[in-house]
Amino acid sequence: MTKSRFDFDTDIAWCPGCGNFDILKSLKLALEENNVDPEKLCLVSGIGQAAKLPQYVKTSYFNGLHGRALPVATGIHLSNPELTVIVHSGDGDGYGEGGNHFLHAVRKNPNITLVIHNNMVYGLTKGQGSPTSQIGFKNPVQTEGVYEPPFNAIATAISLDVSFAARAFSGDVEETKNILKKAISNKGFSLVEILQPCVSFNKVNTFSWFKKHSYYVGENYDPNDKFNAFKKANEKEKFALGVIFTNSSKGILEEEISEYETKKQPLYKRRPDLEKLQRALNE
Amino acid sequence: MEESKYFHTQEVSIVLAGEAGQGIQTLQKILVNSLRKNYHIYAAKEFMSRVRGGINSTEIRVAHKRIQAFVDQIDILIPIHKDVMKRKSILKRINDSTVIIGDKEIMDENDLKGYNFVNVPFTKIAKEIGGKIYFNVIATGMLVGILDIEQDLVIEVIKQHFQKKSQEIIENNIKAIKKGYEIGNKLEAEETIVVEIQPEEDLTHNLILNGSEAIGLGAIAGGCNFIASYPMSPSTGVLVYLSKMSREFEIVVEQTEDEISAINMSLGAWYAGARAMVTTSGGGFALMDESLSLAGMTETPIVIHVAQRPGPATGLPTRTSQGELQHVLYAGHGDFPRIMLAPGTIEEGIELSQQAFNLADKFQVPVIILTDQYYVDSFYNLKELDLKKFKNEYHIIETDENYKRYELTEDGISPRGIPGYGKGFVAADSDEHYENGRITEDHDVRIQMVQKRLNKLNLLKENIIPPVFTGKKEYKGLIIGWGSTFSIIAEAVENLKNEQLGFLHFKQIYPLHPIIDEYISKADFTIVIENNVTGQFSNLIQQEICKKIDHRILKYNGLPFAVEEVETRIKEIIERRKKHD
Repeated sequence: MTKSRFDFDTDIAWCPGCGNFDILKSLKLALEENNVDPEKLCLVSGIGQAAKLPQYVKTSYFNGLHGRALPVATGIHLSNPELTVIVHSGDGDGYGEGGNHFLHAVRKNPNITLVIHNNMVYGLTKGQGSPTSQIGFKNPVQTEGVYEPPFNAIATAISLDVSFAARAFSGDVEETKNILKKAISNKGFSLVEILQPCVSFNKVNTFSWFKKHSYYVGENYDPNDKFNAFKKANEKEKFALGVIFTNSSKGILEEEISEYETKKQPLYKRRPDLEKLQRALNE
Repeated sequence: MEESKYFHTQEVSIVLAGEAGQGIQTLQKILVNSLRKNYHIYAAKEFMSRVRGGINSTEIRVAHKRIQAFVDQIDILIPIHKDVMKRKSILKRINDSTVIIGDKEIMDENDLKGYNFVNVPFTKIAKEIGGKIYFNVIATGMLVGILDIEQDLVIEVIKQHFQKKSQEIIENNIKAIKKGYEIGNKLEAEETIVVEIQPEEDLTHNLILNGSEAIGLGAIAGGCNFIASYPMSPSTGVLVYLSKMSREFEIVVEQTEDEISAINMSLGAWYAGARAMVTTSGGGFALMDESLSLAGMTETPIVIHVAQRPGPATGLPTRTSQGELQHVLYAGHGDFPRIMLAPGTIEEGIELSQQAFNLADKFQVPVIILTDQYYVDSFYNLKELDLKKFKNEYHIIETDENYKRYELTEDGISPRGIPGYGKGFVAADSDEHYENGRITEDHDVRIQMVQKRLNKLNLLKENIIPPVFTGKKEYKGLIIGWGSTFSIIAEAVENLKNEQLGFLHFKQIYPLHPIIDEYISKADFTIVIENNVTGQFSNLIQQEICKKIDHRILKYNGLPFAVEEVETRIKEIIERRKKHD
């Protein structure tokens, strides 16, 4: 792979053949091609295999608690909107432990990107069912097979009028990069769910299974039509890949609040006006 | 007349009580705004966890000198609902010097037997003016009449208060005030109740702030520019105050989906350079537990306001307690240092809240401010505040290429960079990490990092805010208190001036100031007074300095201590000790 300003030379803890390597590759390419300045980038993650990704990128990052990356990312972005903020999370971290934050981050619409590495299984804790495991998926805990239908994040996000929702497949680095580029440059909350094989714990949803069970929506697809997008997101036979839905009508969080109305300065540059406070008190 | 118990020259305690939704707060507001330039006032409210119905009350003390504590005594009771005279917690506070002024028509006559009840046909007069709704304003007018406030001043307050209402409503309210005023004057002329109080100083420039506003104001003075919180009684007042001030003072306010989100958002904000806080109560703080530990591990500063209420679980949602000391002290998995502050007065609330942001920034630790329902909902008039005394120190550095977020330094404090300011990268990690923030399982690094974080506790111990001592320098009995009980205990100790008592009040409760050891050593006996069932502060003292606390005065029914109650219970202890000697 070509050298990138985002390369960080370190021991990588993922299993050989893990889909995360390709996601890391796609991300760095997208950042390079989008001309993102490493000094103005901030990655955020919780806990899980996906959440390790920031460790392998030369940039600033906040690696917090399981499920809690989105509130941290929102806080970072609101205190410094000049930063490009990208969250990397898995299906367990992002949809299970962090499910409520996911719903409300979509509603709040901060200008950040959420990348979900969806391998339909818990990797870090060794193979239990995840919120996106397919019905019937047998594992050490759901020994008779998972019985809950999988969480459909793209459909949920569309129902909440998300600003941007896309699905990618980690095995296609080029297309994943293109989708990430669009997500990062989109103004508002962008969801990119990347289907990804887990070579150690998911022997059902493998590389070839994903290839067989997905297709690209193609150039003629219109992502602005909410109801059509919702239909696309609900297709059962094969996963639709590409930008499924975009919505520019929604207000962006930092533009909705008064603190950045006239001043663009990040909060760390601001100081309290004690004289004004004194006047307000004396009134 | 001078002899009469209905003649008040020093102070008078007025209690307004009625159903939720009956407008007691409106009545209180108009009354306080009419009195504030003429008297020293103090007010506290107690209310049920319901928006309509139940019985709520508010106490307003009016005095010639500064007062800031809750008393049981009721000199004038205004019941605006019949159930007021059925509620035990109010009946207990009525004695033969209490004048109850109410309308017989809305009361149960049996409830009034044996009390000094003065009948005023408020309902009938209100209907003549335009409807039952004017009941409260007539009662307000009556009180300001008794308190000899200029009628014009009250009319101004009324106009201000009802400015958005129609001309007819404003005029009817003025009529109601005037009518009430006449009644008040008549009651005074008949010597049913007489109040002749002169304030000891000019009060024109005094301020009135409640506890929530004190914490909020201090936060703004301390550079707070971010608050993320989830509403929870009794902590929400701080969120509301900062929200009100947000546009003028550039404060980002986010109401989050839950408390976990609130603290994580605030941690993200601090990490990126803001000065952030969350406000919550015990239950919400419990949800933040893991994230508190995250703050400890990532060494991200955070300021948390915990307004206590009685637990466990939902407990008594609108009542008061000091039961979260232990919870807050031990919250979070793993070891990491923290600072715990607990204001006793409104002024202390402003100061400590301002300092909290500077302490958090300097030491990169969680700073928790513990208040309670009694504290946040009480207010009194304050002398003019000079904000110039507040200095803020900022500790963010511009990073270079070699920046390491967790650089090992002599004192354990690594210079704090933020993303986007400088050439360096800021890696903050909840896993154990190298100096550069990247994760590791190297056991030697683990030891270094554990020690580095804990070393900060030694630094915190060099910077403890000392306790405040009042009372007799040569004391026999040492009373110890913390947080919101300060003014109540101080007034009780002052009233017990014939006893040899000293009073030590802690506004920083952790780390505990070692000077407590000296104070306890000088005492014949010690009494710790606190609003919880196990004596959590007593236990902390015993643990920290290995000395036994002799007596504990505890209260845990959901109500604050009253001055008289503290006096009585201290006296009981002194008596018991005499018997044993």
